Amino acid sequence: MDTAYFLQQLINGVTLGSVYGLIAIGYTMVYGIIGMINFAHGDIFMVGAFIALISFILFALTSIALPIVLLLTLLIAMVFTACYGWTVEKLAYKPLRKSFRLAPLISALGMSIVLQNYVQAAQGARIKTLQPVIQGGFTFMEDTGFTVSLSYLQIFIVLVTIILMAIFTLLITKTALGRAQRACEQDRTMTALMGINVDRTISITFIIGSSLASVAGMMFVMYYGVIDFYIGFLAGIKAFTAAVLGGIGSVPGAMLGGLLIGLIEVFWSGYISIEYKDIAAFTVLVVVLIFFPTGFLGKPDIEKV
Amino acid sequence: MEKKFLQTSIKDSLFTGLIALALFGPIVGLRTVAKNEVLEVHPKWFIVLIIVVVCAVGRFLTNLYVYNRDQKTGIQSSIGKSISNFLDTKGYQIALTAIIFSVIFPFLPFTDRYLMDIAIMMLTYIMLGWGLNIVIGLAGLLDLGYVAFYAVGAYSYALFAIHFGWSFWICLPIAGIFAAMFGVLLGFPVLRLRGDYLAIVTLAFGEMIRILLLNWYQLTKGPDGLTGIPRPSFFGLPFKSFPDEGEQTFHTFFGIEYDPMQRIIFLYYLILVLALITNLFTIKIRRLPIGRAWEALREDEIACKSLGVNPRNTKLTAFAIGAMFGGFAGSFFATRQAFISPESFTFIESAIIVAIVVLGGMGSQTGVVLATVFLIGLIEVFRDFESYRMIAFGGAMVLIMIFRPRGILATRKPTITLEKSSS
Repeated sequence: MDTAYFLQQLINGVTLGSVYGLIAIGYTMVYGIIGMINFAHGDIFMVGAFIALISFILFALTSIALPIVLLLTLLIAMVFTACYGWTVEKLAYKPLRKSFRLAPLISALGMSIVLQNYVQAAQGARIKTLQPVIQGGFTFMEDTGFTVSLSYLQIFIVLVTIILMAIFTLLITKTALGRAQRACEQDRTMTALMGINVDRTISITFIIGSSLASVAGMMFVMYYGVIDFYIGFLAGIKAFTAAVLGGIGSVPGAMLGGLLIGLIEVFWSGYISIEYKDIAAFTVLVVVLIFFPTGFLGKPDIEKV
Repeated sequence: MEKKFLQTSIKDSLFTGLIALALFGPIVGLRTVAKNEVLEVHPKWFIVLIIVVVCAVGRFLTNLYVYNRDQKTGIQSSIGKSISNFLDTKGYQIALTAIIFSVIFPFLPFTDRYLMDIAIMMLTYIMLGWGLNIVIGLAGLLDLGYVAFYAVGAYSYALFAIHFGWSFWICLPIAGIFAAMFGVLLGFPVLRLRGDYLAIVTLAFGEMIRILLLNWYQLTKGPDGLTGIPRPSFFGLPFKSFPDEGEQTFHTFFGIEYDPMQRIIFLYYLILVLALITNLFTIKIRRLPIGRAWEALREDEIACKSLGVNPRNTKLTAFAIGAMFGGFAGSFFATRQAFISPESFTFIESAIIVAIVVLGGMGSQTGVVLATVFLIGLIEVFRDFESYRMIAFGGAMVLIMIFRPRGILATRKPTITLEKSSS
């Protein structure tokens, strides 16, 4: 019973952690390149979830096979949400690059309020429920009294996360775009002098971050089946915690952090208290920032005069 | 040249239209509506078409008439500058007029219950804004969880008043001390974090307090909230229409007719006095060494450290004092509403208070008043358009950061200037 329960929590935690990890990548990449916390990123994730939801509803009217529906929804959510990320950067962050330090954060806060209320105005404040898209799964350890189930959906979520992670890690470490990004992280002026379009590189960073967040949104709506315009707030903070835990600025760190936060949250609600499960993530955030500000894979932040 | 410019403008605006279509097409155009537990999509293409056309045409016109001009310094900054100049020269008279106006406000002929309620609400926000201004404006610490202290103040007032029956005037300082204690409790570990990390941690702290209030049912009654919080009395004289046997109330003591407005007017003056105390305190403390240390720390932390200012303790005092005023405002809120629940202390409240401080110009006391009147007025006027007004509100925050990042009143007067030596 105990091991079965533990195993079940582990499975759920890894699934949830994949979702957080995908959002956390957006935070960590943006922080790495322009040094700001993109506060509206959680709401970009929410927009992605809505677009995926709409897409699922529309495809339900047709008779396209499930794998194609999943692929198309993935692409649609990524493309449309990327537009949001791009626009938000152009409108709210780009004019502020030379402003004082807190200006982009406040602007991002405003943008987050705008996105939330915009979706509320356009789609209504009620929660939206989606019928399960992928059903069924494996069950095992039935003889112990507690059945452990591993649904196809959970396998799908973890698999897609791993594939996307692999693609984007390759993109960052092996391509010219990734080199440009890493160069921008180190010194934007020098990078511009070397003939790299810094504005475009930053835009692409936002596009990548947003499209990964939209994948997370799609998984969220499939996994929980319920969304509203407010989901981005909590998920955003937790994903940010994940990014900090893994070491902000480091992409593999974000994934690791996401996994840990997912596990912590699930085990906390499984073994300690379900009402206070959100406090778990916040406590981790505070503790990590105080005692361990560089995270697992982050670089120490040296203050220069 | 002219033709080529026109061509690029048209291309650019078509591109804007395309982006607008991608942005608004799915979210606005395909509204999901629940019917018999199943979601259906109700297309609204006409609205999308209008938005797309407006975006494209708007972009085209701004291309032609705004970006094409040589003068890039917009009128926004000149307006702000002239307001600042005007306030600099006439600041004292204006402050005096504003105070006199707010003192006689309850007795003006056009003042009714509705206006009084709005005025009380505005004053509460002004007080919160002034309290937070100590933290953000003077000490330069972005606190996104200020509402937590407001909540601590409100709940500690309510709990002491309900369970011990203590009067408002005893509970008020206790609430302030409690809030300040929470400020220290939070501030002590987190204040060495850098600006934006601090913002996120304070935000998380605000949410933690709210979740705690929501789930600690034995103490806070959770989502049901606390009811029956005692109303304040006028130095022991309650505002009641029908006094108990042998009890003296406000209207019997002064020998006047009972009027429910009396309590409202009393509450109004109460918050006015509390707010003015906050303001006076800030103005005074700015000139003390601790106030100067705050402002110096805001400008350059490393320089401060090297000059022997202890950054942690200095920030901690700013945090605690800001929290204390938040606690005072919270206990006023509790006594005014006679009912509090975690609903009133959501993140959006913190965002509104931060927006007030930022919009007004961080560090400017007059700016807080102007921003409150503007923002709360805006929210009040568009009361029936809940989410649209919040869109405008968030948009305003972005626009202010872009066009006037230091707020409406952006000038910063040094609190001390070196006198020219005559020798």
